[in-house]
Amino acid sequence: MYMFLAITAALFVSVALVLVRLFAGPTLYDRVLAVNTFGTLTVLILSALGFVTERPDFLDIAMLYALVNFVGTIAILKFFRYRSFGRLRPEPEER
Amino acid sequence: MDPVLVDLARNIATAIAFIVGGGFILVGSLGLIRLPDVWSRIHAAGIIDTIGAELILIGMMFQTGLTQTTLKLALIGLFLFITGPTATHAVANASFIAGIRPDRLKRNESEAVLGEDTPEEMKA
Amino acid sequence: MTKALGLLVALFALWLALSGYFKAFLLAVGFLSCLFTVFLARRMKLLDDEAVPLQLRLTLPLYWSWLGGEIFKSAWAVSKIILSRNIALSQQLIAVESPLKTDMGHVIFANSITLTPGTVTVEAAPGKFLVHALTDEAAGAEAFGEMARRVAAVETR
Repeated sequence: MYMFLAITAALFVSVALVLVRLFAGPTLYDRVLAVNTFGTLTVLILSALGFVTERPDFLDIAMLYALVNFVGTIAILKFFRYRSFGRLRPEPEER
Repeated sequence: MDPVLVDLARNIATAIAFIVGGGFILVGSLGLIRLPDVWSRIHAAGIIDTIGAELILIGMMFQTGLTQTTLKLALIGLFLFITGPTATHAVANASFIAGIRPDRLKRNESEAVLGEDTPEEMKA
Repeated sequence: MTKALGLLVALFALWLALSGYFKAFLLAVGFLSCLFTVFLARRMKLLDDEAVPLQLRLTLPLYWSWLGGEIFKSAWAVSKIILSRNIALSQQLIAVESPLKTDMGHVIFANSITLTPGTVTVEAAPGKFLVHALTDEAAGAEAFGEMARRVAAVETR
């Protein structure tokens, strides 16, 4: 029990540090990297809180968050590369 | 086996995994702040995504024994294990395409790999 | 056909692991939904080596445990750099030859390079990867050779 509280505290400290990088930037890719790391830490916090509150259902939420976080990161990067979610590759003359 | 001893061994295993994993996570997030540019920060995020996350999940698995919860934790670990490097690669590739150069690059062999497709900014 | 069966077994195992119910009605419904998913995947022609990697050897978990050790070692090295007083980096973009035969082998190799902190795969070309390394030690050629040999051992039966 106390172990899980301790690891949750450590994760929250880590989240605070990641948030500093998220707001400081300076480039877009720093921020995307920080958001992705933030998502991983959120997954871990959710599972740790599931143990603290003794409700294993939290793990299902954590699993979904892991998947959604991955899709979100890829979608953001794809959007800023092609300025569209639909196209797979840039047209040859645009390169 | 004495159940009290088994419990103690479990708790010790979890404590070790949490201390090492939590330490790596704190060091990784410190690195996100301290390192000088995107390219080096990617490696700090890699520490958090791989070893930190996996060690903490393994530590939780020691506590649950052989139950459905353990299976779910293992599944979360597997998802992170597969999606983590893919997301990291996506960030690295996107900043490469955008032409962001690493600070004080010592060796640059991008033209050896990409040939004519090398972005102008990345040519040596 | 083997691929469809493999996917069905994997999907049903996942369903069981996530639901945890063993009533006859729920099992039947779950099995039907897995069957429907396999049918859809077959219609979309997704049943190839990528979606159902049955061609990999069963020693893959052994490779993962070796990789875990490597990850620990290189995470330790990167941590020491982060915690040192003056951060001494020698960043480099190096070309790494990939001697593997299948696409899946290339993917496993590139992902393993990215998984070890200190090296990140940046771009892929036929038979080669562009790898960003944080230090000279991380860019050492012998580490990649060892990894490629181990991936080659699991990529095909």
